[in-house]
Amino acid sequence: MGALDTVAAAAIDTGDTAWMLAATALVLLMTVALGLFYSGLVRSKNTLNTFMMSIAAFAVATVTWAAVGYSLAFDGTGSLVGGLGHAFLQGVDLAPREGSTIPHIVFFAFQASFCIITVALVSGAVVERMRFGAYLIFAALWSVLVYAVLAHWGFGGGWLMGNGTLDFAGGIAVEMGSGFSALAAALVVGARKDYGRQALLPHNAVYVVLGAGLLWFGWFGFNGGSGFGINDAGVLAFGNTLLAPACTLVVWFALDAIRGRKVTAIGAATAIIVGCVVITPAGGYVSPGWAMALGALAAFPCYAMIVWRPRTRVDETLDVLAAHGVAGFTGILLLGLVAQESWNGVSDGLLYGNADQFLWQVVAAAAVPAYAFGVTFVLLKVLGALMPLRASEHEEALGMDIVQHGEEAYVTGEGAILISSPDAAEAGEQRGVPVANPI
Amino acid sequence: MKLVIGIVRPEKANDVLESLYRAEVRGVTLSRVQGHGGELDRVETYRGTTVKMGLAEKLRFEIAVSDDFVDATIEALCAGGRTGEVGDGKIFVVPLERAVRIRTGETDHGAVTPVAN
Repeated sequence: MGALDTVAAAAIDTGDTAWMLAATALVLLMTVALGLFYSGLVRSKNTLNTFMMSIAAFAVATVTWAAVGYSLAFDGTGSLVGGLGHAFLQGVDLAPREGSTIPHIVFFAFQASFCIITVALVSGAVVERMRFGAYLIFAALWSVLVYAVLAHWGFGGGWLMGNGTLDFAGGIAVEMGSGFSALAAALVVGARKDYGRQALLPHNAVYVVLGAGLLWFGWFGFNGGSGFGINDAGVLAFGNTLLAPACTLVVWFALDAIRGRKVTAIGAATAIIVGCVVITPAGGYVSPGWAMALGALAAFPCYAMIVWRPRTRVDETLDVLAAHGVAGFTGILLLGLVAQESWNGVSDGLLYGNADQFLWQVVAAAAVPAYAFGVTFVLLKVLGALMPLRASEHEEALGMDIVQHGEEAYVTGEGAILISSPDAAEAGEQRGVPVANPI
Repeated sequence: MKLVIGIVRPEKANDVLESLYRAEVRGVTLSRVQGHGGELDRVETYRGTTVKMGLAEKLRFEIAVSDDFVDATIEALCAGGRTGEVGDGKIFVVPLERAVRIRTGETDHGAVTPVAN
């Protein structure tokens, strides 16, 4: 054992490890930023519930990831799914993971942070009406049945990766996985009761913009860390994570100005996310110039989707499909055109003479949405047969904060009567007991 | 001339506005208020502090109408605001001494009756 330890220790690179520790923390911040972003987009009575759906991903997805998710994603090179060799963190230790220069536990934590944010992303489709308990169960199962499987396909050694599909930081598992699952979730859970009848407006645009800004900040760890160290791919992805969203913003401003004569703040927040998403699969594989082009191009399909979707009956509430599904799809496809071996050292795209690369990007762009949509649809149908997925109309009207959590985001305290005081406890008062006239 | 005061659930605001519009009642004032009727109190917990929220958020409609419109206004408030659960609110009708339309200086009946145009 002593000899083994020495070998293992020698393979760890301190610089790589230091960056991956920081990158992991950056990605973890993204889930909080997403909670802020999402909660600003809903009505004030659902602020906390919406935020909690993101925070709950920390609780649920970390545990499922440690139990089986990580193993199914990253143990072995099975074509559809990994093995159980790392189940319950077996072999996830301080030695470097095979083929990397960072401790296995750091690699695990970095990948866990991806699973967490992806689960949180899906919640955007069902906010303001899904029961919190049902959501927790859905999130736990989804993180294994959909996320872990897609992570295996895309970067855990599964069939797409084995055939050469390029996906730098999660266009497959994170972006297309969440986006197309969100569509299925919105269809099964159903629209909010007032959807299409009343204007359901964002209650705090500042949260939305701040959340998007913090997501961008965290995305430097998300993409920049996906080289798993200080290397060309990671550094290239870091630079491209600045360039692509900036170009998306420029085009989005123009589209906003043409369509409504005004450049909107919530539009800008959306553009930041679209730009980050489109560069996620391509980050370490395309030149900075192409990154800018990708950022600009992604604005068009996503903008069109965001304008069109609310006119349909599909209450995919926070447009996860448009911002993540469509942008991820666009990124995966365009990457197959513009990848350059002179930049990435791995493969050229179609424009540089490698048609096979484009073919395998197309295969991924067809198979992943189908899998994510199909499994999520069936999973929620089964759960829906076992338990109610959504709150009653009356509860939805009251707001999910009070109904699901017994708290309010903007509580005034006026008229609040202390009942957990020692006096009240002696008097034997209990929760929920109606009081005829407390004032 | 009466002042009709309707206290309703905040989530019913759109329904009430719609039914008032259908009843051709055009002038309304709306404010957010807190109050207590006979409804069950909400219990909320913030860390170790558990409280009973004695006051519920409501909307207060104030509608000044000429006598012909009183019943229509009350019906509209009821139709738009009712859920059947405790906490739907109340309507108070009080006599109104005087009303002035600031733009034209019209008073009383002329000031509260919808403008025909």
